[in-house]
Amino acid sequence: MRKTLLVLGLSLAATVTFAQPSTDALPPKHVSFSFEGPFGTYDRGALQRGFQVYKEVCSACHSLNHIAFHNLSEDGGPGFTDEQAKAIAASYRVAAGPNDQGETVDSSGRPLTRPGTIADHFPPPFANEQAARTANGGALPPDLSLVVKARAGGPQYVYSIVTGFHQKPPSWFKVLPNKYYNPYFAGWNISMPPPLADGSVKFSDGTPDNLDQEAHDVVTFLTWASDPRMEERKRLGLGVMAFLIVFSGLLFLSYRRIWRDAH
Amino acid sequence: MTGPSTYKPTTNFTRWLDSRLPILRFANDTMTTFPTPRNLNIWYTFGAILTFFLAVQIVTGIVLAMHYVPNSDLAFDSVEDIMRDVNYGWLLRYMHANGASFFFIAVYFHIFRGLYYGSYKAPREILWILGVIIFVLMIATAFLGYVLPWGQMSFWAATVITNLFSSLDQVIPHLGTTIVTWLWGGFGVSNATLNRFFSLHYLLPFVILGVVALHIWALHVPGNNNPLGIEVKEPQDTVPFHPYYTVKDAFYLSLFIIVFAIIVFYAPDVLGNPDNYQQANPLVTPPDIVPDWYLMPFYAMLRSVPQKLVGVLVLFGAIATLLFVPWLDTSRVRSGNFRPLFRPFFFLFLIDCLLLGYCGSQSVDAAWNLGVFSIPLIWVARLGTIYYYAYFWLVLPIVGLVETPLPIPDSIARSVLGPRAAGVAPAE
Repeated sequence: MRKTLLVLGLSLAATVTFAQPSTDALPPKHVSFSFEGPFGTYDRGALQRGFQVYKEVCSACHSLNHIAFHNLSEDGGPGFTDEQAKAIAASYRVAAGPNDQGETVDSSGRPLTRPGTIADHFPPPFANEQAARTANGGALPPDLSLVVKARAGGPQYVYSIVTGFHQKPPSWFKVLPNKYYNPYFAGWNISMPPPLADGSVKFSDGTPDNLDQEAHDVVTFLTWASDPRMEERKRLGLGVMAFLIVFSGLLFLSYRRIWRDAH
Repeated sequence: MTGPSTYKPTTNFTRWLDSRLPILRFANDTMTTFPTPRNLNIWYTFGAILTFFLAVQIVTGIVLAMHYVPNSDLAFDSVEDIMRDVNYGWLLRYMHANGASFFFIAVYFHIFRGLYYGSYKAPREILWILGVIIFVLMIATAFLGYVLPWGQMSFWAATVITNLFSSLDQVIPHLGTTIVTWLWGGFGVSNATLNRFFSLHYLLPFVILGVVALHIWALHVPGNNNPLGIEVKEPQDTVPFHPYYTVKDAFYLSLFIIVFAIIVFYAPDVLGNPDNYQQANPLVTPPDIVPDWYLMPFYAMLRSVPQKLVGVLVLFGAIATLLFVPWLDTSRVRSGNFRPLFRPFFFLFLIDCLLLGYCGSQSVDAAWNLGVFSIPLIWVARLGTIYYYAYFWLVLPIVGLVETPLPIPDSIARSVLGPRAAGVAPAE
């Protein structure tokens, strides 16, 4: 028995690990959003400003495949009017071919396009994965319509990535060529250049256009893009909870009454 | 317990029906007047909860299948369409995905209740074995369903689990690889795999439904076990199932649904893996491939064994062991309440299963840091696996032989009602 314990102890001791510099992602920053908690809703202003940030900055490289223009004017969304959503859609060109003559390209060989309608989804910035990688030094910019749900840490993680640049790496850490230092990203080398800085966009509603505000707003927009039914879900949840609590109360009273003499 | 039928048809139509198809008699005898021990506690309500959740899964699943597209190019997007564009599609999908978790929460309570109160002992061995079969079918169905959204975890879990069979190559060369290719319908997890997984995911719940019917049939022959673990001896020991247990089950079911609703409406993704919101990509392996939480204990056992074939045997053996429990436990006393030596081993086993689940959820090289020492979780999982087997194959047989049980009450009624028992008329 003693010998077994000794062997066990030695094998445990043999696995003592020594501290070495780790390039695991830092825990995401603590930042709070209007949509948190059981009653949280999306801040309409933040959604509209965040859409502006996506449109003017992110959309150069990142698609938003699961979002259609009509989503912009739906309940629980950014709260654009139907006319605004139509105007936004019309400002995009979407793939149109083949036309009535069966042509898929115009006279100069470019794919046919037409102005978007509210039924269309946001057109992706690149035709395919290879085109996206070629334009981005081999890296593939992920689609953003599910990015908040698809990352552990959710909104806090995306916020930390967007604001995690502009820092001096520790002396022992090597930033690889064509990469950027971002300690909130696993491995600390990220292919995305710093996307936002103070003044990257001009907000028309007078909101200060500093980095934190831009990041906060675009993360709000992307959270909505990941979960556009959140407000409907929480609203229905409130009714369901109220019903279940009252129903359970009635069942409890029935239970007590029926069992009154049985135990 | 299935005594003479007490059903009396009262109208011309029910008399006519009763002599042709006595379905109302059957419903009456099994669901209304069925004599049920009067001392069943909260842990006995999970049977009703499980029945409810099987229905929830089947109903939400049938509607989801109307919108889901089992094609490897379209499946991921079709799930997102359900979440965004189908009316209440988000509700259906969140109920279905979290319903699976709550189904397993309930079944684990149900199984541990059976283990503690000795519900597997004679004359309920077949009842228990049918339960184990349902559990195996549930695991299979849950795994198949996990693959359908065609996210990264779906794809890689399918790859890892089907590859378990390739370990048979170590028995007969090429046997395992051949089986895996046959399972996949190709040389990798592909569209053909997704199609057959969808087909089987739709089939198995109805097989479960059939075995559940047998399970309830086998329950109604000897009747319920109870927390005292003693047989029903006199009418006073029981109450009719309705209204006593319909109302009690309904109340606890309602509480259970409240917890379910909190998750569905306020934290619907908390039990899932974020990686599954990324579309399956055969070229990118996630850093940690993990099953859903309810399979973590078995996953920890699999990973704790360095040799693949042995690991697979340990995994399947852990579930197969449950089939032998009625004969491994040598104690004649059913209820753990009267088994002082059994109780600590049982609760240690419960902790062991939770610990194994924790180990399975951590990355394979994770460790507990205790100052200078660090204990690799793989060793915790190894000890946990050894205890899991030891509990069934050593503790249950030996404890039953050496233990002196506490005095066992001779009557359910006297133990519940005390001195009132003699004067209480059997409940109508």
